[in-house]
Amino acid sequence: MSLDNQQQEKRRPDWAALAIAAALFAVAAVIAWSTASHGAGANYARVGPTTFPYVIAIAFFGLSIWTAIEALRGDFPEREKQEISPILWIIGGLAAQMLLLKVAGFSIATGLLFAATARAFGRGPLWKTIPLGIVLAFVVYVIFAKGLQLSLPAGPLEHLVF
Amino acid sequence: MDTFGLLAQGLLTALEPINMLYALIGVTLGTAVGVLPGIGPALTVALLLPVTYKLDPAGSLIMFAGIYYGGMYGGSTTSILLNTPGESASIVTALEGNKMARNGRGGPALATAAIGSFVAGLLATIGLAFIAPTVVKMALSFGPAEYFALMILAFMTVSAAFGDSTLRGLTALFIGLALGLIGIDLQTGQARLAFGIPDLLDGVEVTTLAVALFAVGEALSVAASKGGDSTIQAIKGSVWMTREDWRRSWKPWLRGTAIGFPIGAMPAGGAEIGTFLSYSVEKNLTTKPEEFGKGAIEGVAGPEAANNASAAGTLVPLLTLGLPTTATAAIMLAGFQQFGLQPGPLLFATNPQLVWGLIASLLVANLMLLVLNLPLIGVWIKLLTIPTPWLYAGILLFATLGTIGANSAVFQLNVFGLFSWPMSFELGMLLAFGLLGYGLRRFGYPIAPVVVGLILGPMAEQQLRRALAISQGDPMILVHSPIAIVLLLLAATAVLLPLYLRARGRGKVLAQLGASED
Repeated sequence: MSLDNQQQEKRRPDWAALAIAAALFAVAAVIAWSTASHGAGANYARVGPTTFPYVIAIAFFGLSIWTAIEALRGDFPEREKQEISPILWIIGGLAAQMLLLKVAGFSIATGLLFAATARAFGRGPLWKTIPLGIVLAFVVYVIFAKGLQLSLPAGPLEHLVF
Repeated sequence: MDTFGLLAQGLLTALEPINMLYALIGVTLGTAVGVLPGIGPALTVALLLPVTYKLDPAGSLIMFAGIYYGGMYGGSTTSILLNTPGESASIVTALEGNKMARNGRGGPALATAAIGSFVAGLLATIGLAFIAPTVVKMALSFGPAEYFALMILAFMTVSAAFGDSTLRGLTALFIGLALGLIGIDLQTGQARLAFGIPDLLDGVEVTTLAVALFAVGEALSVAASKGGDSTIQAIKGSVWMTREDWRRSWKPWLRGTAIGFPIGAMPAGGAEIGTFLSYSVEKNLTTKPEEFGKGAIEGVAGPEAANNASAAGTLVPLLTLGLPTTATAAIMLAGFQQFGLQPGPLLFATNPQLVWGLIASLLVANLMLLVLNLPLIGVWIKLLTIPTPWLYAGILLFATLGTIGANSAVFQLNVFGLFSWPMSFELGMLLAFGLLGYGLRRFGYPIAPVVVGLILGPMAEQQLRRALAISQGDPMILVHSPIAIVLLLLAATAVLLPLYLRARGRGKVLAQLGASED
């Protein structure tokens, strides 16, 4: 039995693509449900605020069936193997920045994101890259918040200097 | 006033010292960011949008135009020297350009790309100036039904006509349309798909979505695949083109412009179609077919000109109809909207100074780019040597900077009802859309239809409802005029013809023309 054959059998059905079909179906359901539960209101026009959402929900429903068919036939393109840990580093960096932005201020939160991203691409160690990131983010803060009046949240570090 | 008069007046606006300064900053930033590997014009424009927040509309848009053109120039440098095209429109340039660089002819390759871009940008901008008034006149006769048909056509060409799968193109489009539903309905004030979250009532920011899909999604997929590093080709020998190079370049420049501009000007989507067409034309017309595939200068000159010409071409539907046909144009539209300006025929009437100043400043930016790119090429190449970890760390830093700058609202995250923790709402959106962008890339979905769907969806809905309000609910109004019928038929063809071709096994050509990024 050739390798080609094995691969083809493995790809059919394509479970990940079936999961996409399920997700599209879920989106269709959520849009329809959300529209139906808010829809009762000013419905004097035949095409009101609920028409478009229903059309899109129906389209998602159709796309989910179509996706399921392609998944079963193995029509989705081949995918490379992925490494999970770099993804987790980047997501972790973004989440840390999101949660700390208000409390710790722009420079510290963004410095953590910078270090986490560098780590995802294999550059470290963190005790070096975190301070580097914070300094860089602080310089950016000065340029954009002070120079271009962009509103960026200040934290202890920013208050210390300004 | 005739076109010349208006353009001359626009030039006066563009040549004001302060506007020249804005244009210079724009082209410099645009080139610098565009040169960075993995960053195409769409992301360049989205990343640099916050820089323009606090400027006046005219200055900001002039800087914006500079960024747009600069990003295009920068992209070609990357594809020639690094063979990692930052955008799909540069794929063809990489084909021959990188081979030339490997043969030690990187200098002439960069020069023919830069001069070709200049020639094409110049001619196409003049073309834009001459076509725009005609299109505006035509657009003034358009009613809501015609606009709706036009938008349907744009949806279909952007999502379904090109690329390797109708299904995935349409899915991407409908994701964008669904995101466009979120928020307050413009006509009735009813909240839709907001799930009781007040922050969602304003809808999804185009720039947040674009930055997330392009920057975060790209960072995630590059980090996860650990692809082999590309090597930068050092420039050996003379940067200047020989007499022979000139002789072989000038016709491809003109042909590339002639191919690229009309394609960009029609609501037919990306610049890449023109570049592929131009490449095959040059391949057929060349006197030295043996050089193709090994570094033929015609294969760089033609597609680069086509690329730039169609970039200027996409400004025709954007400025005259308010219709974005590429992701970059969609972000440009968001740039207009941040000043409460709606591009379209009315803008030409109400704010001619701004529109013509913008068009004229494209000419100025183009000239600046030529000066900036030829002698200073060594400076830009240094940017290519930034190691990947620092590059992507920096990209994410700026991506989040723009996102926070656009909306610094704080969301109280309730942790199991125990306590609440303040988090940045917009960064939460960025993270969610970034994961979406990674998923789209992973499974071969195109990105541009999502962005175009988000910005154009609500506009299409508004036109549809306006049309039906006029006809008191009679759907026949949608096909009451020949223009609307033709546009809708074209839209149907754009979906059905590729489906048919793919079913017959001719999908390869379409896949090549596919809009993967821009």
